[in-house]
Amino acid sequence: MRGVIAAAGLVLLWQGFVWLTEVPSFLLPSPLRVALALLDRGDIIAGHAVATAAEMLAGLALGALLGCAMALTLAAWRGGRRWLLPMLLVSQAIPVFAIAPLLTLWLGFGMASKVAMATLIIFFPVATAFYDGLRRTDPGLLDLARTMDARGGAVLWRMRVPSALPALASGLRVAAAVAPIGAVVGEWVGSSAGLGYLMLHANGRSQTDVMFAALFVLALMALALWFTVDRLLRRAIPWQPDSLLSPERSS
Amino acid sequence: MAISRLPAPGFRIRLPEGFAFAGAPVLAPGEVWVPAGRVTALLGPSGSGKSTLVRLAAGLLEMPGAAVEATDGATLRGRIAWMAQSDLLVPWRDALGNVTLGAHLRGEAPDTARARTLLAEAGLAPEDGAKPVSALSGGMRQRVALARTLMEDRPVVLMDEPFSAVDAPTRHRLQELAARLLAGRTVLLVTHDPLEALRLADRILVLTGRPATPVEVAVPDGTPPRAARDPALLAAQAALLERLAEAV
Repeated sequence: MRGVIAAAGLVLLWQGFVWLTEVPSFLLPSPLRVALALLDRGDIIAGHAVATAAEMLAGLALGALLGCAMALTLAAWRGGRRWLLPMLLVSQAIPVFAIAPLLTLWLGFGMASKVAMATLIIFFPVATAFYDGLRRTDPGLLDLARTMDARGGAVLWRMRVPSALPALASGLRVAAAVAPIGAVVGEWVGSSAGLGYLMLHANGRSQTDVMFAALFVLALMALALWFTVDRLLRRAIPWQPDSLLSPERSS
Repeated sequence: MAISRLPAPGFRIRLPEGFAFAGAPVLAPGEVWVPAGRVTALLGPSGSGKSTLVRLAAGLLEMPGAAVEATDGATLRGRIAWMAQSDLLVPWRDALGNVTLGAHLRGEAPDTARARTLLAEAGLAPEDGAKPVSALSGGMRQRVALARTLMEDRPVVLMDEPFSAVDAPTRHRLQELAARLLAGRTVLLVTHDPLEALRLADRILVLTGRPATPVEVAVPDGTPPRAARDPALLAAQAALLERLAEAV
């Protein structure tokens, strides 16, 4: 509720600013114009939004999967750490903006290059957060597993992995937040669909109101994705303490 | 409850070169003898090497020259159950799931009927078994940990300050429970509570001096668990406390 009031306040401020300064609408359209553009071009924006959403979701799924696989490999294979850890770091040291044209060149103007971009950007937070969690298993639990003659695989799958799930969840939340970046950057570099493409296209024609409308839809999608992922993770890991949600149990 | 893997062996922890930590000698060269089927309590000030000894016996620590020898000549590996100061319950399994954790980690089918019996013996209601462990009190969690230790059904039980994290009345009840449920097993109990040692142990060793050597102390008459109000036990507690204060 408070969020709605804050948003309404910002919109009113914006509308007031446009009225008072009479700034031309190709520089800053009023919220009313943006709303009209959203209604007018709704079907077109929706089509592009579906393309971007598909790229984000595919990138999130693929990036999370690869990130988990990387973290598990690093945790299970001592010798691999020397080779894989530098690769993991390099994958993030190169800005995604720099390799976007290359990915478009290799994978084409279609969905594949955008999914690859989103995957690349999502992979890192998932891999590092999960790997960190896998490394930080309570030594007492590992001792206990040892005195119980646990099988080697069971220590990883039944002790380290469940212990690391809260850390993995943090990585996935970051991933959900950055997923739109990968998709939209990919669309900017070269595409024929998606909200990034629509924004670039509208910008070139001074249709600033359409640009704002597309931006608004993108922000809504990003919010929806984050809250959905957060809720699913909360449900999947009910034992993770949340001292902000339940202050009465913090003792 | 049937005790399947008895008779329990005794064992000896040998430290021919002693043990040093960060260059400072902690344990003097020597050995610790833990007789079969009895409770041996190991006391000593902080940093005297109590945990090192119990971890050596548990196979959690390896040290050049150190050896653990069972009286029957076989290895202790696979014959010990370990209980630590913190309950080490895993939050992603319910209480019953924690009791059957060992079978889960070995990839065996869990004997849930036996786990339920043990939880009941440890003083938990049947519905507590299905509760997430975060919903249990500290004392109840330690009961679940005790049930898990017994579920392993090992002839040798190693306990590293098992009840030091719970309040005094709970500790008192847990000691009674442990004495009853651990009867017949070879137990090495590390504690810093003289009363606990005097109530539960058949034999008490105090790590004395620096580097420390284990010195045997007489225990009061009677079989464990001894009543806490017994005047002989209270007198022994005072004497042991003074001794511990000197041992630093």
